[in-house]
Amino acid sequence: MSMDADWKEFGREIRKLTLKLVYEAKASHIGGAFSMVDILSVLYGNVLTINPKKPDWEERDRFFLSKGHACTSLYATLALKGFFSVEELNTYSQNNSIFLSHASHKVPGVELSTGSLGHALSVACGVALAAKRKTKDFKIYCLVSDGELDEGSNWEAILFAPHHDLHNLVLIVDYNKIQSFGSVKEVLELHPLAQKFEAFRWRVIEIDGHSHKEIYEAFLSINESTAPTVIIAHTVKGKGVDFMENNLQWHYKSPSKEQYEIGLQQLNK
Amino acid sequence: MRTAFIQKLIEEAKSDDKIFLITGDLGFSVLEPFQQEFPDRFLNVGVAEQNMTGVAAGLAMEGYTVFTYSIANFPTLRCIEQIRYDVCYHDLNVKIIAVGGGYAYASLGASHHATEDFGMLRTIPNLTVCAPGDPIETQALVSLLTREKGPAYVRLGKAGEPKIHSSIPNIEKGEPVVVRKGKEKAVFSTGAMLKYAYDYLNNNDLQYSLYSFPFIKPINGGAIREIISSHQSIVTIEEHQKSAGFGSAILEVINDLMEANEISKFPSLKRIAIPDQFVGVAGTQEHLRGISGLFLPI
Repeated sequence: MSMDADWKEFGREIRKLTLKLVYEAKASHIGGAFSMVDILSVLYGNVLTINPKKPDWEERDRFFLSKGHACTSLYATLALKGFFSVEELNTYSQNNSIFLSHASHKVPGVELSTGSLGHALSVACGVALAAKRKTKDFKIYCLVSDGELDEGSNWEAILFAPHHDLHNLVLIVDYNKIQSFGSVKEVLELHPLAQKFEAFRWRVIEIDGHSHKEIYEAFLSINESTAPTVIIAHTVKGKGVDFMENNLQWHYKSPSKEQYEIGLQQLNK
Repeated sequence: MRTAFIQKLIEEAKSDDKIFLITGDLGFSVLEPFQQEFPDRFLNVGVAEQNMTGVAAGLAMEGYTVFTYSIANFPTLRCIEQIRYDVCYHDLNVKIIAVGGGYAYASLGASHHATEDFGMLRTIPNLTVCAPGDPIETQALVSLLTREKGPAYVRLGKAGEPKIHSSIPNIEKGEPVVVRKGKEKAVFSTGAMLKYAYDYLNNNDLQYSLYSFPFIKPINGGAIREIISSHQSIVTIEEHQKSAGFGSAILEVINDLMEANEISKFPSLKRIAIPDQFVGVAGTQEHLRGISGLFLPI
């Protein structure tokens, strides 16, 4: 199979497992979990140097999920990669489970607990700085939501990274245009986002966040960069199940049995 | 205290190449010797305390022992969620240093009065909360903290605090330091109020015991139990709001000793602290302490 077919299949499996987790736990945030799936399928499919058997391996690439509420699709990805079993993940959200409904560092492969927005990028900057000072080759990836760019702390870090030439740092914006209580345009407009990052001296790449090829090429181009890179990934909230797409409700709702089955059918197509 | 701090940190950093110092653009004329000696382990992040604390967490994840440095409320209250969630929840090796505890920056106004830090920080799990009483305790504490993993907060005074101890005290986590042994009352001081308490007892010819508490959290119950057994009453003194501060912490310890039947009588306890107020006038540190009732009879 081609890489593209692999990514598509991997993405399909991530979405199916995510849907199941959210349905069974009656959990929220499936819209934001779905919008970043294609980025995860490429990252974990062919980009990150990681070892699922040694999640703390020192030379690994680091992936920080800043939008911790979208953790279900990250957990699904890590399970499918073999960091833990799908059976273990089935305890998601149950009493005593390590699989909290926001990203938890107790889970193998999760670098940082997140859930309060605007935290991970600064931590990623610290790791990137340490790697630079110790001349380590690994890369540091951090995925943020569009809504959390409202947080001032992110802009402190966005100012910091280019000043310290953190070329080993890659920021991905899951730009699905819908935040918690309305569209980004209505709540607090980010446009023109690319120009903002350019003005802050980042190397900016804008892509279709559901085109595996564009995602992969963006990640490939990072090796030549001397500045930190931001990949602005234009995505669709709820991507993959038509009635969830571009619909604010699915920031919160969990699917009924019928919706679950229709969703699964659509994903299997 | 800040000079004592940086001198000791430089000394420790010579033999420990994991020590890293980050400032939020403060420490002019204090931190330069560290910067010059260890440029690879020094960073000025700019006036951005949330980012400073997050970056510190990231550096600590990669094995550094990170000291963040700023004044008054900036490295603490300004970024308290980064302290709670990034540093303390992940139990990372970050030591937060605030210069200018209490009213040390008196005339700079309420923005620069660090008088709620104990209360806000001592509720956070995994965090050790410290306020050394003089430059000697400061240095002993820096040594201890560089060897002990995990998050800590240290409230320092400013500059020119006199030495109270004549030799380097043996500092153990959670334990008070005996300044002088006496009878009847036991005076518990934390942070830079130590000088005042020491002078007060001497000038008034009072034969009370005096203990300095470099640790506001933890406070080991065993030491308190012993002191209670040989004194009739306790006075706590701190440059902090009365609620949720050091005296409150002592009250909690005593309450739990009672609850566990480890003491039979609740001792008389007087708390000298700031009575739930801001000070909005100019003046020296002494003046502001007076306004807030910190010079009440011990």
